[in-house]
Amino acid sequence: MEMPSPNPSVLAKKARIVERLSGVLPPDAVIHDATETRVYECDALTAYKCPPLCAVLPASTEEVAAVLKICHEEGVPVVPRGAGTSLAGGALPTADCVVVGVARLNEVLETDYENRLIRVQSGRTNLSVTGAVEADGFFYAPDPSSQLACAIAGNIGMNSGGAHCLKYGVTTNNLLGVTMVLMDGSVVEIGGGHLDAPGLDLLGLVCGSEGQLGIVTEATLRILRKPEGARPVLIGYDSNEVAGQCVSDIIKAGVLPVAIEFMDRPCIRATEAFAHAGYPDCEALLIVEVEGSDDEIDAQLGVITQIARKHDPVELREAQDADQAARIWLGRKSAFGAMGQINDYMCLDGTIPVSSLPHVLRRIGEMSKDYGLDVGNVFHAGDGNMHPLILFDANKPGDLERCEAFGADILKLCVEVGGCLTGEHGVGIEKRDLMGTQFDPVDLDAQIRIKDVFDPKWLLNPAKVFPLAATESRRAA
Amino acid sequence: MMNPTTEAELAEAIAAADGPLRVIGGGTRPIGYPAGGQGLSVAGLSGVELYEPGALTIVAKAGTPLAEVEATLAAGGQRLPFEPMDHRALLGTQGEPTIGGVVAANVSGPRRIQAGACRDSLIGVRFVDGRGNAIKSGGRVMKNVTGYDLVKFLAGSYGTLGVLSQVSFKVLPRPDAIAVLRIEGLNDVDAVRALAMGLTSPFEVSGAAHVPAGIDGAPLTMIRIEGFEASVSYRADELEKLLAEFGEITVELDPERAATDWRRVRDVEVFAGAAGDVWRISVKPSDGPRAVAAIGARGVLYDWGGGLIWALVDEGRDIRPALSGIPGHATLVRADEKTCAAIPVFHPEAGPLAAISAGLRRQFDPRGILNPGLMG
Repeated sequence: MEMPSPNPSVLAKKARIVERLSGVLPPDAVIHDATETRVYECDALTAYKCPPLCAVLPASTEEVAAVLKICHEEGVPVVPRGAGTSLAGGALPTADCVVVGVARLNEVLETDYENRLIRVQSGRTNLSVTGAVEADGFFYAPDPSSQLACAIAGNIGMNSGGAHCLKYGVTTNNLLGVTMVLMDGSVVEIGGGHLDAPGLDLLGLVCGSEGQLGIVTEATLRILRKPEGARPVLIGYDSNEVAGQCVSDIIKAGVLPVAIEFMDRPCIRATEAFAHAGYPDCEALLIVEVEGSDDEIDAQLGVITQIARKHDPVELREAQDADQAARIWLGRKSAFGAMGQINDYMCLDGTIPVSSLPHVLRRIGEMSKDYGLDVGNVFHAGDGNMHPLILFDANKPGDLERCEAFGADILKLCVEVGGCLTGEHGVGIEKRDLMGTQFDPVDLDAQIRIKDVFDPKWLLNPAKVFPLAATESRRAA
Repeated sequence: MMNPTTEAELAEAIAAADGPLRVIGGGTRPIGYPAGGQGLSVAGLSGVELYEPGALTIVAKAGTPLAEVEATLAAGGQRLPFEPMDHRALLGTQGEPTIGGVVAANVSGPRRIQAGACRDSLIGVRFVDGRGNAIKSGGRVMKNVTGYDLVKFLAGSYGTLGVLSQVSFKVLPRPDAIAVLRIEGLNDVDAVRALAMGLTSPFEVSGAAHVPAGIDGAPLTMIRIEGFEASVSYRADELEKLLAEFGEITVELDPERAATDWRRVRDVEVFAGAAGDVWRISVKPSDGPRAVAAIGARGVLYDWGGGLIWALVDEGRDIRPALSGIPGHATLVRADEKTCAAIPVFHPEAGPLAAISAGLRRQFDPRGILNPGLMG
């Protein structure tokens, strides 16, 4: 993966930059020692690493503003960092950049049940937002798998999703407002406790802009009352086609499950060996979860199991109690860990129209043979968000490159059938060079011109999202 | 009036334009004073292009009548989640609302409080910008974070960034049953408190409105739930118990009558034909009564649990000064030409945001020909 070469004039004035940053931050918030900056050399896309010029950990909006103002004046690129859990390399530094980490911005600022909102600093972790309100019966809906670690700032940057977005939507649908620092150090407030924008929907634009338009320091989030209960059913089939048809039939029947998860045979076998959840050894496994009171759950599961039975399942298991429900989820929740036990893996997240599911799974199986790399599929079937996990050996020369080529082919296939490159992880550096398969030059140009308005000098996370060639003239300017 | 019938013709028309263009879908939702310039109708780009009930997805050309989209979905047992308002009665307009017009104005209804606004269900757009470029963002899948989200950005941009040619939505199942809890006689503060109590319950309220002066003049507070029959009757019972402190509650289960009640709220029928300007105010729900007290309106209607206020006020009066100190914004939805020329129709944005919005508009419409001046 190509990254722009560092600007020698920035490297040359490191001492001066560090000194200026130290003037506006406490001593322990400026990290410039070559050993210590290695902590920030990569995010969860660990195949690519580069220690930054320095990293800073501001603890207030004012400190973020002071840092950005200095970087703007000095012409230093800035890479914003939430918790560093990006699978797409969204927080990968360059040698000439200042990493601005929001880890110290972790306070809850306001909890307002009457208006169903919470205001938090953006470094707070996703799960701890729910943690702040769950004793009172509320929750924050978007639930990316990394929710224990990932920060709200990163969720907003990537417009993160999760397993439950079929019913509750993704980050952008649950974000009411932000406080954001622009690259020149000015602070803007967008949105708030009210529900819609006064003019152009700038909030919608900021969410998912991968830290390229500004650094979000505070966020107003929608919280919801927890449902009375939730219960899953596990359904196994002998073919992906039939499982796909079952998903479609459930949705068409007018039931809206809160989650529909799908695992294929390689993934079922790996998780079974790892977590012993008692899954059947079959081609495709569905976990369908519904919410409500006990009676409401019974009624909905009644409809779902009736549809499932028509397709002749090899196994159909309804959870009778919390323990059984946990066992049904156990394998799914340990799927990534199970695959990681076998080997290194790369996780993609292209989305496809649900109707293309059988075709896409068949093609992925064929490509797996061609490339000689195993792949397991586990994904959010209700919304077509795939998660192929390609296994490779990072220590074997050429394996990473082969894996990346395989991944690129899968993503191209997703676009070909009417889907997209990324459903919830973001583009980062990982899918940057594939953007041309989904977008025409005019489409990309429209996006690039938006960044021109927010960050005319192209200093914020400049080497992400767009193919480098498309932004070269701007980054050089 | 130009009437392109394909996206290519639309792009040609905009590229070749040598002056301002007045963009029109069905023409049922005019806002602000009539913009000058040549008319450009999108009604010729019409038709549902894809409907997959099993994927909860519909794609239509922008000029497709809203009624056609809704009928297509109804045949599949589904609907648009955000319950778009019909502006014709309120604004006294004629014509056929289009799906592109719904998106351009980000038109949502009472269910916005539960299911999100139009922009939340919108998953893809194609549009032609002021340079004549046909641009796409999003697509037909409901989870898509590939590149910047121009989908949300275009929703509610009133044709000032580009002219929509195609829109895609995530849709939802149409429920079998509905119940409306009705409480009479509450003052505004208690009403909004009752609505909040419903909305913070686990019973999935899909509508929360308060009419301080209902059909017979008495205040009426309404809470709606939808779903399958057993679930609706269970949740109606639970809500009745929960809201007991607010007095007598009647439960309307007749789907026709319930639909009529909510259509009146959705379309703000109470101000149709009534003399006065109509403002649309968006605040934090609990600030609703305070905002209403501040503006001194002839009549008001609360939706979205109190967060959306429709106000009928004296002609020519700017209510924004009275609202200062209450976070949110106010839009002048209906007024005569003179008032629209004197008072900004859209809420003036704070300095840095106004500069960003203006900069963005210039990027998409460098010649300033798309509904110029409409949004500022």
